[in-house]
Amino acid sequence: MTKVSMTVNGKAVSGEVEGRTLLSAFLRDDLHLTGTHIGCDTSQCGACVVHVDGKAVKSCTMFAAEADGAEVATIEGQANKDGSLNVIQAAFKEHHGLQCGFCTPGMVMSAAALLKENPKPTEAEVRDYLEGNICRCTGYHNIVKAILAASGQDVPAVAAE
Amino acid sequence: MPKDGGIGASSKRREDLRFLTGRGKYTDDINLQNQTHAYFVRSDVAHGTINSIDTSAAEAMPGVLRVFTAKDFEAVGGIPCGWQITDRHGEVMQEPKHPVLAEGKVRHVGDPIAVVVAETQAQARDAGEALDIDITELPAVIDMRDALKDGATKVHDDLTSNLCYDWGFVEENRDAVDEAIKGAHHVTTLELTNNRLVANPMEPRVAVGDYDFSTDEHTLYTTSQNPHVIRLLMGAFVLGIPEHKLRVVAPDVGGGFGTKIFHYAEEAFCTFAAKEIGRPVKWTSSRSEAFMSDAHGRDHVTKIELALDKDGNFLALRTDTLANMGAYLSTFAPSVPTWLHGTLMAGNYKTPLIYVNVKAVFTNTVPVDAYRGAGRPEATFQLERVVDKAAREMGIDPVELRRKNFITEFPYATPVAVEYDTGDYHATMDKLLEMSDHAGFDTRAAESKKNGKLRGFGISHYIEACGIAPSNLVGQLGARAGLYESATVRVNATGSISVMTGSHSHGQGHETSFAQVVADMIGIDESQIDIVHGDTAKTPMGMGTYGSRSIAVGGSAMVKATEKIINKAKKIAAHLLEASDADIELKDGAFSVAGTDKSVAWGDVTLAAYVPHNYPLEDIEPGLEETAFYDPANFTYPSGGYGCEVEVDPETGKVTVLGFYAADDFGNIVNPMIVEGQVHGGLAQGIGQALLENCAYDAEGQILSGSYMDYAMPRADDLPMFNVDHSCITPCTHNPLGVKGCGEAGAIGSPPALVNAVIDALQRGGHDVTHIDMPLSPDRVWAAMNG
Amino acid sequence: MYNFEINRPSTIADAVKALASDEAQALGGGQTLIPTLKQRLASPETLVSLTGIDEMKGICVDDDGRLCVGGATIHADVAADGRYPALSAMASHIGDPAVRNRGTIGGSIANNDPAACYPAAVLASNATVVTNTREIDADDYFQGMFTTALEEGEIVTEVKFPVPEVANYQKFVQPASRFALVGVFVAKFSDGVRVAVTGASEDGVFRWTDAEAALSDNFSADALEGLSVSADGMMSDLHGSAAYRAHLVKVMTGRAVTPAA
Repeated sequence: MTKVSMTVNGKAVSGEVEGRTLLSAFLRDDLHLTGTHIGCDTSQCGACVVHVDGKAVKSCTMFAAEADGAEVATIEGQANKDGSLNVIQAAFKEHHGLQCGFCTPGMVMSAAALLKENPKPTEAEVRDYLEGNICRCTGYHNIVKAILAASGQDVPAVAAE
Repeated sequence: MPKDGGIGASSKRREDLRFLTGRGKYTDDINLQNQTHAYFVRSDVAHGTINSIDTSAAEAMPGVLRVFTAKDFEAVGGIPCGWQITDRHGEVMQEPKHPVLAEGKVRHVGDPIAVVVAETQAQARDAGEALDIDITELPAVIDMRDALKDGATKVHDDLTSNLCYDWGFVEENRDAVDEAIKGAHHVTTLELTNNRLVANPMEPRVAVGDYDFSTDEHTLYTTSQNPHVIRLLMGAFVLGIPEHKLRVVAPDVGGGFGTKIFHYAEEAFCTFAAKEIGRPVKWTSSRSEAFMSDAHGRDHVTKIELALDKDGNFLALRTDTLANMGAYLSTFAPSVPTWLHGTLMAGNYKTPLIYVNVKAVFTNTVPVDAYRGAGRPEATFQLERVVDKAAREMGIDPVELRRKNFITEFPYATPVAVEYDTGDYHATMDKLLEMSDHAGFDTRAAESKKNGKLRGFGISHYIEACGIAPSNLVGQLGARAGLYESATVRVNATGSISVMTGSHSHGQGHETSFAQVVADMIGIDESQIDIVHGDTAKTPMGMGTYGSRSIAVGGSAMVKATEKIINKAKKIAAHLLEASDADIELKDGAFSVAGTDKSVAWGDVTLAAYVPHNYPLEDIEPGLEETAFYDPANFTYPSGGYGCEVEVDPETGKVTVLGFYAADDFGNIVNPMIVEGQVHGGLAQGIGQALLENCAYDAEGQILSGSYMDYAMPRADDLPMFNVDHSCITPCTHNPLGVKGCGEAGAIGSPPALVNAVIDALQRGGHDVTHIDMPLSPDRVWAAMNG
Repeated sequence: MYNFEINRPSTIADAVKALASDEAQALGGGQTLIPTLKQRLASPETLVSLTGIDEMKGICVDDDGRLCVGGATIHADVAADGRYPALSAMASHIGDPAVRNRGTIGGSIANNDPAACYPAAVLASNATVVTNTREIDADDYFQGMFTTALEEGEIVTEVKFPVPEVANYQKFVQPASRFALVGVFVAKFSDGVRVAVTGASEDGVFRWTDAEAALSDNFSADALEGLSVSADGMMSDLHGSAAYRAHLVKVMTGRAVTPAA
């Protein structure tokens, strides 16, 4: 067992981990931050995306020991300080960018990383950036819309009422 | 004008706050005190005899509590099948035993042989590898045609063959159909496969079993679409636990799409083992494990023939299908290629004579059962493909050929035993053509040609049957369960309401849309209403969510229960207002006496019900809580016109979906935003089936696409923005909301539209290609173009 | 996964020392190795993480004008660099954004997956693979799928790319994994054209020398007319037959030449 220390959502944490302990397992099992989800075992679905030192990574494809000393951000730390939804989360709700919610944490974390790199992405750039996040419910339509809306760009109304 | 609340409003989902902040509670997020972990050791061969299992080395490994094999389950039942088909000869289907853990033989890759329970997941898996299992591999039958040959290896030694049943529908029409086809002016024939799919909800399955010896109560937390069904099947047929000692909880569930309807061995195992071990037992599927243990979908091989007269009128339809059951009968597997498939073969057309034959076949593959659409996509695909092919063969515009044969008068009794209550197929076709700028297609095609691409447009027009019912009819058809739904409306003293529903939401947003219905009926704010679901200890016996049934069946139960509440509340209000029941009106959350300004608020009435000081105790009981069970009189019949515009790269065969258009008639709509989301998701899965997804086996029964490395899930960049419309409305005539169901439509209507579009593109490009089997991957399209 | 220790050295020297043990294995970004470990297809006693070695990170241009990419440099950094545009463009489409934030050039070419993108870039660019002990020409480095010239314990510390006059990489993706079903990297230098193909061959990345000769004479897609690639030795699977892959090699080469020219 190795001792690891890191900052998660602004809070210093530490724990004892095996070499094989994945960052995702450390977050879920040791820190009880169960918003980070595991949807595959081949590094493709992206339900586990978190930020490590400001960069989006798949927490199921990184060992906890490799995050020693790092700044980690997860879905649990994304809301505004007053508890209200941040602009991306709010756009997902407004535009129905989630259904079962399982891929959602990874989607929100990837969207945050995208908008940091590219504050006004085109639809094609959003779709391209989501290559590593699989959603089975939404057909991506409303996820793409939500991310465009979160970037401050105009999108059509939610439904043809 | 968009509404801002109640029925018809795009209310934002109340579920979203927890899902967007990581506070969702999925089954894998549940960790009980003192919990242990199960690892399933599964067969890596498709067929074999288990000679011996030596557990001693595994049992000596660190952290191991116990190793279970089939002999631990000798006193326990097998996994039951929920539907018995009677075949065309009057024989009931062959129904093999489906043990919790393999007994003597393994019959598919992934068949569970043994389970290690240990302190940690890693220890359980480490020990699983230390099991010494001696298996003699046997020849496997994978292809259905091979499985039906004389002398084929049998999947089950105790059955007479690999044929589960030979179903004919409507059997009495068989000869007349043959006759009509023989004498027809034109017969279009098409042979096709409906590719095997894996449902792949993003949340893999999980089960956590718990047992409290002090109360003799079992609890199972599981990723299910229907916890009451699991309690009934597992309690009554597998483990022998009476309902009052068995609680099944399906908390937040990360998508289902059918594959979480069924009762699985892992659920029975964790429930059973928790008592044996005396500690909670948890199993979490990996994605790779899901590919070999979640029931698969589709997998039909079909020959369809459509007979037409010289004017293009449909005369008769005959279809012969081989339907793969896999190695065991999953919960509702037998019903999918029969009652959910044969009854839909009329489509939107007034074909007078139809005969459907389905042979269900056992193979050494993972069991196949319902997947989004379940039988209806298979029916729609073959029908809408053969109609398109007929149009091309006869030189008739595919739109016109469909219009010529559309059913226009309702109710309409089809020759395949169902009665469509409402529909307006010309309206949805009109809408589709308008939305997709069908008139401008030629200009766009010319533009593509300039860029070296082939452009095509394909349509399909589907019929769906949702909310399978009524129970007495489906009982005659072989269902071993009822198909009603339930709701309890519990009004609290201060007027807030808890609605306990037997439906289960795993992405559909019931907590929002169901609240809209009740709020609308009473005239109070949606925030006053909570929807409770997913726990047999809290909700009345209900059948769960599948087959696009929740709003039509579960919603109707809720309406019925709410009507009872309103009727009783009116009596209370009448007492308070010193008026007659008949004069009481409920509007905007207040009861008033008709024609007067006398009124009493909702909250005052509910308070009176629970603090019955001024109350007609001699006439009515205190309290305000009502339950209703709703058993529909008929299916609901959504329909719609779907169009797909594609571009094919002739050099590589790659198909790009440029536009997808869906004009649906779902009847009345409760929450348009949610309905559109359901259609988007269905379209993605249908396009996925048509273009990307394929669960392939090799000849030895190994899964070739057993992970996301080879099973192509649709990604954001595979899909366009969708253009969906639901303004064509013919309300359902037999449920109180006039609703039909929208969950599966997208997956039903889209595959034929896409394939028709690709064939259109290729033929416009001068290629003599009349069919390509799904998925239309680049290599297949290229191979078809190059002969 | 089987359990192992993780060693996180901060210098190449320490990493080499740690890898001297028989049961030790190098860990780059882990984007291929970790899924492999999850399947229990490898059982190292120690994983030596190379991601904490600063001297193996970063991109610079050497005196010969070569773009020198540290072995532990992540794909995202190469994508953002831009001094060798075709290389950056290629790196910007490896895996997905999260994978590009972890995966490294050294890890990719040490693994030499037959469908990976980097081997095509390294081979077409005639790059030099620098290790802790020596420099290896690209032509000598790749030795068949999952096989390289690396000795046990040898680490790719840097890759030096001569920057071509023009270059382009075309990837036709396998729809599930998003690896290359066929990827072709074309690089035109003053003394000739190199064409490297990934994803297609059972022998891993290879140079299509017929195309190189034709394109060296006439750098246009027309020069490929009349050439064909044999399906013999091409991979064949669920996603494409050998004949299809052979066909795609030519199509993708033509497309790489057209924008490059």
